[in-house]
Amino acid sequence: MNKDTLLFEKSRPGQRTLRLGKLDVPPADLSALPSAALREKPPLLPEVGELDLVRHYVLLSKKNISITDSFYPLGSCTMKYNPVTNEALVQIPGLADVHPEEDAGRVQGALSVMQRLAEGLAAITGLPGVTLHPAAGAQGELTALLVAHAHFHAQGQHQRDKVLIPDSAHGTNPASATIAGMKAVELKSGPDGLVDLEDLDAKVGDDTAVLMITNPSTLGLFETNIAQICEKVHAAGGLVYMDGANLNAIMGVARPADFGVDMMHINLHKTFSTPHGGGGPGAGPICVTEALERYLPVPRVVEEEGGLRLDYDAPDSIGMLRGWPGNFGVLVRAYAYLRRLGAEGVRRVAENAVLNANYLRAKLREAYHLPFDRVCMHEFVCNTRKQRESGVHALDIAKRLIDLGHHPMTIYFPLVVSEAMMIEPTETESKSTLDAFVEDMLLIAAEAATDPEKLHRAPVTTPVGRLDEGRAVRQPILRYTPAS
Amino acid sequence: MRPDDRFYLPSHEWIKINGDTGIIGITDFAVEELSSGNEGDLVYCDLPETGRQLEDGETFGEIESVKAVADLNTPLAGEVIEVNAAIEEHLEIVAEDPWERGWMVKIKLGNKDTSKLLDAAAYEDLLAKQN
Amino acid sequence: MPFIQNTDADRAEMLAAIGVKSVDDLFEQIPAELRLKEALPIDAGLSENELRAEVAELASWNSPLAGAPHSKGSFLGAGLYRHFIPTVVDSLQGRHEFVTAYTPYQPEGSQGTLTVFFEFQTMVAELLGMEIANASMYDGCSAAAEAVIMAANMVRGRDRVVVSRGVHPHTRRTLETYLRWTGIELVEAPLGANGRTELGGLVDDSTCAVLVQNPNTLGVIEDIEGVAKASREAGAVSICSAYPISLGLLKSPGRAGFDIAVADGQSLGNPPAFGGPSFGLFACAQEHVRRMPGRIVGQTVDGEGRRGFALTFQTREQHIRRAKASSNICTNNALIALRGAIYMAAAGPEGLREVAEHCLAKAQYAAKALGDLPGFELPYADSGSFNEFVLRCPIPAAQINRAIDQAGMIGGLDLSRWYPELGDDLLLLAFTELNTREEIDRLVTTLANIAAAAPVA
Repeated sequence: MNKDTLLFEKSRPGQRTLRLGKLDVPPADLSALPSAALREKPPLLPEVGELDLVRHYVLLSKKNISITDSFYPLGSCTMKYNPVTNEALVQIPGLADVHPEEDAGRVQGALSVMQRLAEGLAAITGLPGVTLHPAAGAQGELTALLVAHAHFHAQGQHQRDKVLIPDSAHGTNPASATIAGMKAVELKSGPDGLVDLEDLDAKVGDDTAVLMITNPSTLGLFETNIAQICEKVHAAGGLVYMDGANLNAIMGVARPADFGVDMMHINLHKTFSTPHGGGGPGAGPICVTEALERYLPVPRVVEEEGGLRLDYDAPDSIGMLRGWPGNFGVLVRAYAYLRRLGAEGVRRVAENAVLNANYLRAKLREAYHLPFDRVCMHEFVCNTRKQRESGVHALDIAKRLIDLGHHPMTIYFPLVVSEAMMIEPTETESKSTLDAFVEDMLLIAAEAATDPEKLHRAPVTTPVGRLDEGRAVRQPILRYTPAS
Repeated sequence: MRPDDRFYLPSHEWIKINGDTGIIGITDFAVEELSSGNEGDLVYCDLPETGRQLEDGETFGEIESVKAVADLNTPLAGEVIEVNAAIEEHLEIVAEDPWERGWMVKIKLGNKDTSKLLDAAAYEDLLAKQN
Repeated sequence: MPFIQNTDADRAEMLAAIGVKSVDDLFEQIPAELRLKEALPIDAGLSENELRAEVAELASWNSPLAGAPHSKGSFLGAGLYRHFIPTVVDSLQGRHEFVTAYTPYQPEGSQGTLTVFFEFQTMVAELLGMEIANASMYDGCSAAAEAVIMAANMVRGRDRVVVSRGVHPHTRRTLETYLRWTGIELVEAPLGANGRTELGGLVDDSTCAVLVQNPNTLGVIEDIEGVAKASREAGAVSICSAYPISLGLLKSPGRAGFDIAVADGQSLGNPPAFGGPSFGLFACAQEHVRRMPGRIVGQTVDGEGRRGFALTFQTREQHIRRAKASSNICTNNALIALRGAIYMAAAGPEGLREVAEHCLAKAQYAAKALGDLPGFELPYADSGSFNEFVLRCPIPAAQINRAIDQAGMIGGLDLSRWYPELGDDLLLLAFTELNTREEIDRLVTTLANIAAAAPVA
């Protein structure tokens, strides 16, 4: 049988994997339900036995590149090792089978995990007000902007509807601003890759609600003027929000509250090792100053005599952004990771992340152009300027890396650098892996000069080669449909 | 040298004036930017209904490639009187011939004041500065 | 240091290659006054065995919904349900290639994840009775919020959304939060004495969307075709939030005439897990694809004509459209959606129907016995329900729950928590294929004893 078939193509009528035992009560009486409410036709779902089902997904899994088999230097994604212990811990029934509407006295363990994680995040950021509610970084951003909006609204400052966002920012920043009912205003980066203070001066004003800043920036550079930037925004009456996607570079070394930041989000699936899962789940807790705590979403974990409980009633809260307290399974993993690290471990993470990135930068700066050729933080950006003559683009380099056994770095982001390639090794990689990557990148640079066609053809070792993505849009096939 | 029988916007739209009618399209530079070497064939174009009234500079639609999207703006105010049905089926016409067959909309001009628009020479200057 | 593999020798070599003396030098970009001089006030790190012991201790402070010694039966649902999860779900989802990969932006190296989602989209579309579905949202509540935003963009010039009070309170609260600054007004449609939504004259030409949940939070089966029709006649977009397991027996939103269908996927192969992570299902007609939020996987071919899958219609998303994107969603809940796909594939149409029939059978068995108890009644029996129903008790529901607790079980939801206007004597009880006859009998006996002891109203 063709190994590339879909489950639907392997289906045989009447086959299935899941079969329940005998019913121990009388069978269901469908006539008790309104007949108009009943399904007329079963849904088209796969009909496969257990062995075919297992083989199908096992074979699919082998078509993925993942951290556990490859170096995965996706910039700003922090693809560090996902500790296997954490996968085991979340399966403990006492953690897996609990329900938030159980009597509080019966879920003190779950509430304690949340409280302790929140305390750890508050210590790392220096911001005491923590919510673990948002489902991902983007939801964290939205939460913070809604908090800001509520804050200014409560103060009668309805004219504050602008969010200043550097042009190097991740696309979720301006998208979140729009949903929060505000207007995104772009701030220019200066020639040094950092926020241009003159442009900030020109644009900040009494209509500024929030400045959103990623620090270190998406170029892997620390915003050296961060304290000054925060002062300027505060002087104009606005708030500063830090996109914490790059927290891995500075945790334990510097504390965002000390910069003057009022709010920030943390990506637990980046900095706190929770697995990426092919696209989530993550979690995007936010930390805020005491003054903004009252606006945080519900439910909150509150401590009273007798223990912890979930409070859904905070009157100034912005409300909820999803069901239930949060992505609890992700929170457990992050908690477990933090407990392994401890205070010293947190700092060592940042130190080694920055060390590994600078090592790669030093080893690659001859072969690849660095728009900002100086010490970086946990990631750096290079581009294909030196390869321009050969007609080789960042895309070609990425695809060739796949053939050499690595997941590519981030390409074409941030937008402020043309042909950008953003490399973030993380602290969990060993020097041997880094050296192997350097060797392969140098090989590619050589191939770009001598045999660019090889790069244009890549990848050739994968189940499929470069796909016709134009066709996927022009002739959309978004689901399997059985041949009639 | 780009056609000098028409006017341009910095956002890479052009308008050619025939009496009371304005024909609007996008420049080869716009097509190039959307398709920038990164498998970026044009895939979709959203055009307005006839009868719609547009103001100077108003966004009347958008054009997409696989990895990019751009607004389409009218250089001058007017009423949409015709939309190029041919390109809706065959968007590659815009890439092949953005100046003639790849036209997008025709409007009945409400405003013929081209003083704020770029002429061909000024548009070339703008492109030179961008690079 | 756990998980860091650099040795001191490695560090020394790397520093030399970089050309700095110490790691501290690499942090010079951070102004000295901003660099921490002391360690953070966090406890020292634990070894793996110490961590395991600590987490086990914390877990022991919880009473899970099932498994003695904590519980000999539980009847708590209210939006999170304990269903049987076949081992294949954990086993296959747990493969590291699924767990530790990220978003499939490089499709050639991600055909595993992409194929999973192409199949997932098919299953979700089929389950919900729609043409297409996306590759999942965070959960059912945020999926509903995004559906409303999509509807508002589909029907310009209208600024009211009618939402049934029967929709889960977390969903309604999420809607309020998402819509607060959009200028869209939320109007609540009340529930009638039969537990069903009463639209009255609320849906009119100022309505852009109508949202209903089926079964609703009271467990009542709504007249969803009626709602879809009323919405259609007013030119509004109709949205239905469904309970996936129930769709093994109940008519799908698509078949009932809805424009958009959403659902929470927790019941498809996931434990309650204190509320998350779950995943959201989102489906609609293909003509609306450009307005649909979330990631979408499409089929195409490579240079050799081989079939492959890739993320498509990416220009809708935030990384391209930025401020003009209609949704800011980036990382979603892919791994949990994978669990949902495995579950749906393991069940197939017949398995899903079987699970649904078991749930209904258990609930009907319980309802008959409980309804027969003196002092108890089923206020919405005439409307029909699936696996969850409301029981009116002779004493406050909170006291009933305490008695159930004392009997070593976990009771239902005291409905006054979410519907105080209905009184304090209503208990919302859920039943799944995992509740045994013996547990249900024990529940009935416990309540019968309360009825015997309680003063007659």
